[in-house]
Amino acid sequence: MAILEVEKIRKDFGSLEVLRDVSFSLEKGETLSMIGASGSGKTTLLRCLNFLERPTAGVIRVGGEVIFDAADPATTGESEIRRRRMHFGMVFQSFNLFPQYTALQNVTLARELKEKEQPGYKEHKKEILHQIREEGEAVLDSVGLKEKVDYYPHQLSGGQQQRVAIARALMMKPDILCFDEPTSALDPELTGEVLKVIRKLAGQRTTMVIVTHEMQFAREVSDKILFLDSGLVTEYGTPEDVFERPTQERTRQFLERYFEDKR
Amino acid sequence: MSGPVLALFEGFAENIRLFAVTLVLAIPLGLVITFGSMSKFRPLKWLTRVFIWVIRGTPLMLQLMVVLYAPGLLLGIPMSNRFMAATIAFVINYAAYFSEIYRGGIESIPKGQYEAGQVLGMTKSQVFFKVVLLQVIKRIVPPMGNELITLTKDTSLARVIGVAEILMSAERFTKQGLIWPLFSTALYFLALNGLLTILLGRAEKKLDYFRA
Repeated sequence: MAILEVEKIRKDFGSLEVLRDVSFSLEKGETLSMIGASGSGKTTLLRCLNFLERPTAGVIRVGGEVIFDAADPATTGESEIRRRRMHFGMVFQSFNLFPQYTALQNVTLARELKEKEQPGYKEHKKEILHQIREEGEAVLDSVGLKEKVDYYPHQLSGGQQQRVAIARALMMKPDILCFDEPTSALDPELTGEVLKVIRKLAGQRTTMVIVTHEMQFAREVSDKILFLDSGLVTEYGTPEDVFERPTQERTRQFLERYFEDKR
Repeated sequence: MSGPVLALFEGFAENIRLFAVTLVLAIPLGLVITFGSMSKFRPLKWLTRVFIWVIRGTPLMLQLMVVLYAPGLLLGIPMSNRFMAATIAFVINYAAYFSEIYRGGIESIPKGQYEAGQVLGMTKSQVFFKVVLLQVIKRIVPPMGNELITLTKDTSLARVIGVAEILMSAERFTKQGLIWPLFSTALYFLALNGLLTILLGRAEKKLDYFRA
């Protein structure tokens, strides 16, 4: 069964239709990349999954459970959404680390706050915090930042900051990890270290949705590619399908232009 | 000489008392006003903004007189305590200015900070207190320092409603033909503001460990 099913998501900003009946699904352990020109709606689609935008219409299911249905007010309330968005982790283009916290504190803060709400926290506070700390160190180690746990964001390079951001998202153990152009704010020489981490996660069969302009990377790492054009899904299939045998003339032109510029 | 000096010290104690009470009350009240002026509920937002306009748009000296006389004239309950009247006027006036500084600080925090907190499952108040607040504080220390220093000197305005602060104490000697006590009041303000400058510098330094 698909872990993520997105059904006919529509998003309007006033009279502007940004997403038009977008549907796709994802199996557990798969990586889906969303590509397309700027303004095609791919970032908006990702933000809909995290409820940073509310879809105007459509249904989102995770593991068969409806977590959002625009037509059902019971799924659109603030506290419901807060709980249900935890199915998704999010890595932003501009990292959005918390500047006043160290790398480790960035990674552990939300978990600590979450644990505080659980019954029995007070009695086992010390062990719980200790365990979260160890987990945080392990996650930072897994993105190659063992030596940087006590550094503040401004003391880290862009690539290191983005890896902290990935660790921070992983720490919440989301079912699906989302990336919004994770390397677009980085200097070219720093994109490699971030892509390496994402590649490693794909190797471990982490379920991921990635919005990216790195076509070559998308092709290597993805099980599925979704091509968006003006809010419509115009291609949807394996990397071979989309890159070798695009069904639309527009996709072919887009890819040709992209790979020509890269040469 | 010890007579005037002692009198000035006593007067200045009133200035410091007014300064301290105003700070303690206006700092939190300012935050309440900020939430009003940033409210998504339009009527509350506009009511708050009109309030800020009136308070910032009229002289503090006039506000002092209004607080002292209006309760007696309008409600028939005369304000008996002059220091209390001065405190009320100062707290309201400074809370209005503080609220605008807070608003500027809050609005300068990038949207991404709120979003990052949200996607990690934090509630709105967790995002505010655990993520945003310290960044706001760091940004508002310099403008708040300005307000604090202005406040020390504004406390002298309380003399217009008869609070026996330092300038009023000094003028008693001026009337007797002794001018140096009046001029020497400058030293008291300079000493207090020197101390404040040092404390504010320390606060800034303490928040220097991160960049926002």
